[in-house]
Amino acid sequence: MDNSTTRPVPFRGGGFNPRPMRTVAPIVFVLLIAFLEVGTRTGIISGLTMPRPSDVARTLGGMIGSGLLWQHLLPSLQRLFVGGLIGTLAGVTLGTLIGLFTLVRAGLLPLVAALFPIPKIALLPLFVIWFGIDETSKYALIAFGVFTPTVVSTFGAVDSVDRSLIRMGQSFGLSWWAIVSKIVLPGAFPGILSGLRVSLAIGIILLVAAEMLGAQYGIGAYILEAGSLYDLNRLFAGVTVLSVLGLILSTVIGLVEKRFLDWRG
Amino acid sequence: MDIKLDGISHSYGPVEVLRDISLTIKQGQIVCLVGPSGCGKSTLLRFIGGLERPTAGQVLQIGAPPRESLNPLTYVFQHFALLPWRTVEGNIRLVLEGHKLARGEADAIVRDVLARTRLTDFAKALPRQLSGGMKQRVAIARALAVRPAVMLMDEPLSALDSQTRELLMDDLIDLWTRQPFTAVYVTHNLNEAVRLGHRIVVLSRRPGRIHKEIQIEMPLSERQPGDPLLEAKQAELWGLMRDEAKAADQELVDG
Repeated sequence: MDNSTTRPVPFRGGGFNPRPMRTVAPIVFVLLIAFLEVGTRTGIISGLTMPRPSDVARTLGGMIGSGLLWQHLLPSLQRLFVGGLIGTLAGVTLGTLIGLFTLVRAGLLPLVAALFPIPKIALLPLFVIWFGIDETSKYALIAFGVFTPTVVSTFGAVDSVDRSLIRMGQSFGLSWWAIVSKIVLPGAFPGILSGLRVSLAIGIILLVAAEMLGAQYGIGAYILEAGSLYDLNRLFAGVTVLSVLGLILSTVIGLVEKRFLDWRG
Repeated sequence: MDIKLDGISHSYGPVEVLRDISLTIKQGQIVCLVGPSGCGKSTLLRFIGGLERPTAGQVLQIGAPPRESLNPLTYVFQHFALLPWRTVEGNIRLVLEGHKLARGEADAIVRDVLARTRLTDFAKALPRQLSGGMKQRVAIARALAVRPAVMLMDEPLSALDSQTRELLMDDLIDLWTRQPFTAVYVTHNLNEAVRLGHRIVVLSRRPGRIHKEIQIEMPLSERQPGDPLLEAKQAELWGLMRDEAKAADQELVDG
């Protein structure tokens, strides 16, 4: 064999397999903040466009020290929790029904598709008229915003449950309820959880919107007030709190996945 | 309890799949259904277990199932159908949970079937940790747990490699020898049919009709791989099926 034509087979595999790397995300954060800090200190970035991260941190520290943070955070958490819970429960229930019953699917799926693209924020004045200016309208807005994406992800997840497992359940004479609770819902759980990641983030967005009207306390109210006074330090302090809230929710969902979905390997 | 198929015919829309199948399955026998692909063997099995309804004809139970039977007609599926989020033990428990069993009876059943399928050490394993052969043994254990009157086995060994298939065939023969069960065993593998079947029913290509029935008197426990009598039976079966299989292979799937 001619030596000049002998060469290793070119490697074409690999990739398409992202793995978790713990150290990268903090480095990205630190670099970004350091860039902003240096930029605002040297004047490359104008103080009008960006506050100094150290000032924001000081404002945040002051909020924690004076108890102002909790005063704003607790009502927000309550709104997010109640609204998110109602929206999630209603969404999972309706999504499951759409996934299981022909009539419900035919009747309600177009309705959900019609409701999905409505910017829920636009409905806030309406909700205030329906439910009053106090907490109920805020719960309703968040619940409604969480509800539609949850319906869509749940019915998709129910649809993708392996039909042969359902046939198996029927062949062993399992009751309808046993099939739903022991086969359909656990099988749909991964899909429901990943839908929850999206819908809870939407819940946080709507939390701020809900606090635009008739809220004295709340992270959203705090941010909106700081924004209208052009107080960038306080604005960014509030935004940071929301980001951390989003991170925590996402981590919690990650932990739930780890705990309950380890069977996926 | 015997099962009687009475003039079963079936069509999916304009496509006729089965035509006038009549057959009796006697207690304690393994009846193998063989036939070319698409001849409706698996459909027939779904009729027997009540998972689907034929267009014409009916499936009859003759005599009552034994009192202790929790699920008289029980399937073993080709792709195991194990819940991936439940352990081996949990998968078996699933089919016992709906029955009001006396305290500890479910535990006793689970222990017993795990021992019979030699899975005791794997009770806490998840399906993804098991090989294909082990998964099918779990599915067989689960089927045994409900003390079926008739086992409906839909190509139970087809998803396995040939060595594993040999081992599981021995397991099935052992199980039957210790405690004879009634089974309808659908397969396209003629070797499985002659090793496990007391009766072998050959279906023709679509629309499936009963083409021929073969009896094998030799006790299951004496059937060894390579036995001349079995080889002859297998050759006979292949002779019956060859042209049908060839024609079936050349059909358009949705034609």
